[in-house]
Amino acid sequence: MFWRVSIGIAAAQLAHRRRQTIVSTLGVALGVGFFVATSALMSGSEQDMVQRLVDNAPHITVKDEFRTAAPQPVFTVYPQGAVSLSNTKPREYLRGVKNHGAKVEELSRQTGVIAAAALTGTAIVRYAAKDVSAGITGIDPEKERFLTTIEEDMRQGSLMRLRTASQGIVIGEGMALRLGLGMDDLATVVSPTGLVRRMKVVGLFRTGNLLLDEGQVYMLLKDAQVLLDKPFVANRIRIKIADPDMAEDVAADLESRWGYRTESWQEVNRDFLGLFVVRNIITYSIVGAIMAVAAFGIFNIISTVVMEKRRDIAILMSMGFRGGDIQWVFLVQGVFVGMIGMIMGWMLGLVLLQMLGTVEITVPGLMDKQKLPLERGFFQFGVGGLFALVSAVAAAWIPARKASQVRPVDIIRGAT
Amino acid sequence: MSDAPIVELKGVTRILQEAVPVTLVRDIDLTIHRGEFVSVTGPSGSGKSSLLYLLGLLDLPTHGHVLIDGEDTAGFSLNHLADIRLQKLGFVFQFHFLLPEFTVLHNVTLPMLRLGRLGEKEIHERGMALLADFEIADQASKRPDQLSGGQRQRVAVARALANDPPLVLADEPTGNLDMRNSEIVQGIFARLAAEQGRTVIAVTHDKDFADSAPRNIHLVDGRIDSDVRR
Repeated sequence: MFWRVSIGIAAAQLAHRRRQTIVSTLGVALGVGFFVATSALMSGSEQDMVQRLVDNAPHITVKDEFRTAAPQPVFTVYPQGAVSLSNTKPREYLRGVKNHGAKVEELSRQTGVIAAAALTGTAIVRYAAKDVSAGITGIDPEKERFLTTIEEDMRQGSLMRLRTASQGIVIGEGMALRLGLGMDDLATVVSPTGLVRRMKVVGLFRTGNLLLDEGQVYMLLKDAQVLLDKPFVANRIRIKIADPDMAEDVAADLESRWGYRTESWQEVNRDFLGLFVVRNIITYSIVGAIMAVAAFGIFNIISTVVMEKRRDIAILMSMGFRGGDIQWVFLVQGVFVGMIGMIMGWMLGLVLLQMLGTVEITVPGLMDKQKLPLERGFFQFGVGGLFALVSAVAAAWIPARKASQVRPVDIIRGAT
Repeated sequence: MSDAPIVELKGVTRILQEAVPVTLVRDIDLTIHRGEFVSVTGPSGSGKSSLLYLLGLLDLPTHGHVLIDGEDTAGFSLNHLADIRLQKLGFVFQFHFLLPEFTVLHNVTLPMLRLGRLGEKEIHERGMALLADFEIADQASKRPDQLSGGQRQRVAVARALANDPPLVLADEPTGNLDMRNSEIVQGIFARLAAEQGRTVIAVTHDKDFADSAPRNIHLVDGRIDSDVRR
């Protein structure tokens, strides 16, 4: 029952100052609405970006490299010895991941894991007296579809045609354009060791990434091994796992077992992931600022009401209302403004999301229009609402506390 | 008139601690019994309102003790004092002090809602009955600013009686009223004491009002100058 008294008084006082109440409520609503919209956009684009990073490339790549140079034997034999060596000739390894077939097989036995060996290198693609240097990747076309999104980016032909054509290559549209190559043309591929082979274009892709579109050539692993003169060698094991978030742990595990440098997608894209943290900080600071301004609005209206209502506060106290009751009356006003602002903000957020959902943007370098990536989750609405309520209560707290400390006799004495 | 004192002041002094300390009332001993109708008079600045605020627990004495219903209130928390005001005291001020956002009836029922002892329906009925007592039941759904001064003061009295307090304190209740309304309010206070057995203490500078009370306390310079029973 007493609750209803407090709420009744609070509502009556807010209704009395309708215009100010509406303005401060709108302030909260704007804050919540824009938080919902920006946060949906921010986390939507983050997810979109991460999705691309995760899908475009293997989750984990084992390379035929080592993070640290192997120590000279003398250091391992005499770890305590006062030995100094300089100008030592490093031992030469035969490049390549040793025993890659067994490793791939072992990895593939695990559920949800797709692994394939690949050989990368460089070569020159020559056609009609024009040269383009290119990165060569020898792949397994069946597995490549699962490891990267290259299959989706194919504009003509397909990866699978590598199997049917003899000595086929798949190249980017950018390279094809530079060389004047078309489908089924025969290009000359020259390896660093001087091997020259004529290979047939069986597919064209366009990823939107210039580096790949102008400089990447895919062929069968076997063809790459012949071209680069590395029979039976693979220098990469590319792995896709069931849960991309586990990639870092799995990579560390593989590296400690095999010794080869093993990179997870997180490690490769560390800079991007760092960028997301910064973006989130920016979003939250801006929304925090909007909310702070809204909170000042609430503080302002409730302070004004407290100042204006000193006489009413005194009379309520003389009737037998406690200081705490009076504090409630004003806190409830803050909660009112916060809650109504929150609900209006949610509606505004829905409208903004609806509008943003219809926007189509053209990414430079890509022909297709894209919709803005939006994440419509309860999270944004929840956090926005929480922001509103907390700032409203915090803003109402100070004037409410002040109201509870009014000494009724001071006011009544002054008034009579 | 029962013999149990409803209010007792024992050596009460109230000093306002300002740049120059001001003594409002000095060393007052006073006993008021149940059912008494007491008027408090004195020149302005003699401390009659201050005395009333001390009696009503709105102000705390610098020295001395205030006993309500035999209970010494010295050292009570502010909340405890508020609870005593809610249950045992009713105030009427010179200015009606009604809450402008609420209807007349809602103003009257506020103390009952705060006390929460009665159900909603009973509170409503009691509020209407109180208004009917003062012949303003027809104004129940109006707002205070739609009423005349006399009507407002009657609403204020009805509100003071909401929780059926044994003690009613009035500070210049007729000070702002014309002659006719003044007489009506005066009559109401006399009736509260005589018919309902409540204790009424009224500060006034209206001689007729003061003389209508069976007991008159006259203050000069914060001291009791005379305490006359007629």
